[in-house]
Amino acid sequence: MTKGKKAVVYIVLTIVSLISVFPLYWMVSAATNKSLDVMRGRLIPGGELMNNVRSLFSQYDVGTAMANSFKYAVILTVLSLVICSLAGYGFEIYHDRGKDAVMSVILLAMMVPFAATMIPLYQAFSKIGLLNCTAGFILPTLSTPFLIMMFRQSARSFPHDIIEAARMDGLNEIQIFFRMFIPTMKSTYAAAMTITFMNAWNNYLWPKVIMTNKTSITMPMLVANLKEGYVTDYGVLMLAVLLCTIPTAIVFFVLQKSFAEGITGAVK
Amino acid sequence: MSSRTNAGSPGGGASKGGKMTLSRKQNLSGWAFLAPAALLIVLTSFYPMFRAFILSFQRGKGNALQWGGLYNYTRMFKDAIFLQSVKNCFFYLIIQVPIMLVLALVLASLLNNKDLRLKGLFRTAIFLPCATSLVSYATIFRSLFAVDGLVNVLLVKFGILETGYNFLNHAFSAKIVIILALIWRWTGYNMVFYLSGLQNIEYSVYEAAKIDGASPWQSFWKITVPLLKPTILLTAIMSTNGTLQLFDESVNLTGGGPANATITMSHYIYNTSFKYVPNFGYAAAMSFLILILVAILAFVQMKVGDKRD
Repeated sequence: MTKGKKAVVYIVLTIVSLISVFPLYWMVSAATNKSLDVMRGRLIPGGELMNNVRSLFSQYDVGTAMANSFKYAVILTVLSLVICSLAGYGFEIYHDRGKDAVMSVILLAMMVPFAATMIPLYQAFSKIGLLNCTAGFILPTLSTPFLIMMFRQSARSFPHDIIEAARMDGLNEIQIFFRMFIPTMKSTYAAAMTITFMNAWNNYLWPKVIMTNKTSITMPMLVANLKEGYVTDYGVLMLAVLLCTIPTAIVFFVLQKSFAEGITGAVK
Repeated sequence: MSSRTNAGSPGGGASKGGKMTLSRKQNLSGWAFLAPAALLIVLTSFYPMFRAFILSFQRGKGNALQWGGLYNYTRMFKDAIFLQSVKNCFFYLIIQVPIMLVLALVLASLLNNKDLRLKGLFRTAIFLPCATSLVSYATIFRSLFAVDGLVNVLLVKFGILETGYNFLNHAFSAKIVIILALIWRWTGYNMVFYLSGLQNIEYSVYEAAKIDGASPWQSFWKITVPLLKPTILLTAIMSTNGTLQLFDESVNLTGGGPANATITMSHYIYNTSFKYVPNFGYAAAMSFLILILVAILAFVQMKVGDKRD
């Protein structure tokens, strides 16, 4: 590459990076400023953070929404990873015609839009008392074709020798899964965890449907309710947006590298 | 979704030899392992879909439903708001998805350069929007493009506008803001898929092409695009699926307005079921149209993806 071309590449990447980061920078800066200053276009962080915090927490039950979101997302992520990886492993390691056929049917479920299942699910869940609870939140997305496919794909690279050796040592099939497969597939689990946690945390439509009690709402619901007030206090609003973003941002930064590796394994 | 090629893989070996009981046991463990996940998908996906299909032939409000035949399906095509929501989703799909995927592909191939410095920094920055929740980024964009928002403040400051322009209150500009927001949020996500796909292409292929006199433009179209085809197909199907099911942005960025100019199908279905007097039968019929559209588009994309070999 010539020097000129190289410079163009750097300039393009820098501009795109700035555009990507700017709205998030603005969110942080706005959360620390007075609404009036935000509206005047102030772009430097200010000293109003604590006032915004006080104002937000006195008007809204942020603690409950945060705790709910964490509870729902963590339980869903843990259970979903166990169920889907077990299935992906089962589909690949013991594959035969029957299981392959079941897998193709499961993949069809990828095309079912949530809007199509939402109403019958809501009707059934309200009938059996699953509104406003964790079970109701997690059940529809506990088992997803995408995760099963991802784990099946990664199980393909799991050496058969390990399984044979473990069987020789007297481990049974489920022990092989827990003691051999899970520890070797860390990066796939990290990627699956990132995707599942973020989807669970960000889910908005389903909780909006089933969380009818004020005490069951999630963080995204709180943010959405907040902006419906008649006067927008940008400082307070952006503080809530920031609080809603911090957990996913942490997961993102901690697992970013293994996320990319896990995706690589799945795309192959 | 690729078909199985590894004939000599573990499970295949389990069915031969004299250890019938052992291989049978292993086969059963396999079924036991996949049973919970498969059962959950049947219960939370296929069965509700079937229920929705039945429901789509019933009419009435709330729980007082009666058989309505094809009434809901004919009503759909006379419902101006629903037709508008279909048009909107396709507008987003046709404008946003190609721009986003091309941008993601270009960025990925720029980043897939061995001599590039600060690669990790650029990648993280471009991927960063994915860390925000959908409601959060919709709220951020809503605030940025509000009449008293930063975009207007800057436009007025630089003398481009005299007073703030209400972007979200005009049909066309509101749609454009949604598209900009979607591109911002999802380009990095797709880029990561392409970067992963590019890692499977030997770098020496590019170096050989360079020696043979290929321009970067030529190697992009002759090497990168063909070899990444499966990944491109995957991202195209995922984006199409996602766009036809848009909800959070329509609700939180524009509220579907002005006058339903930006409303999406899922948003209208939600309103029909939970916001106004519930009409589950009609909502189910509309949701089935989305299902059919998603299936047709996925099928077309797979066909097109196969052809270019």
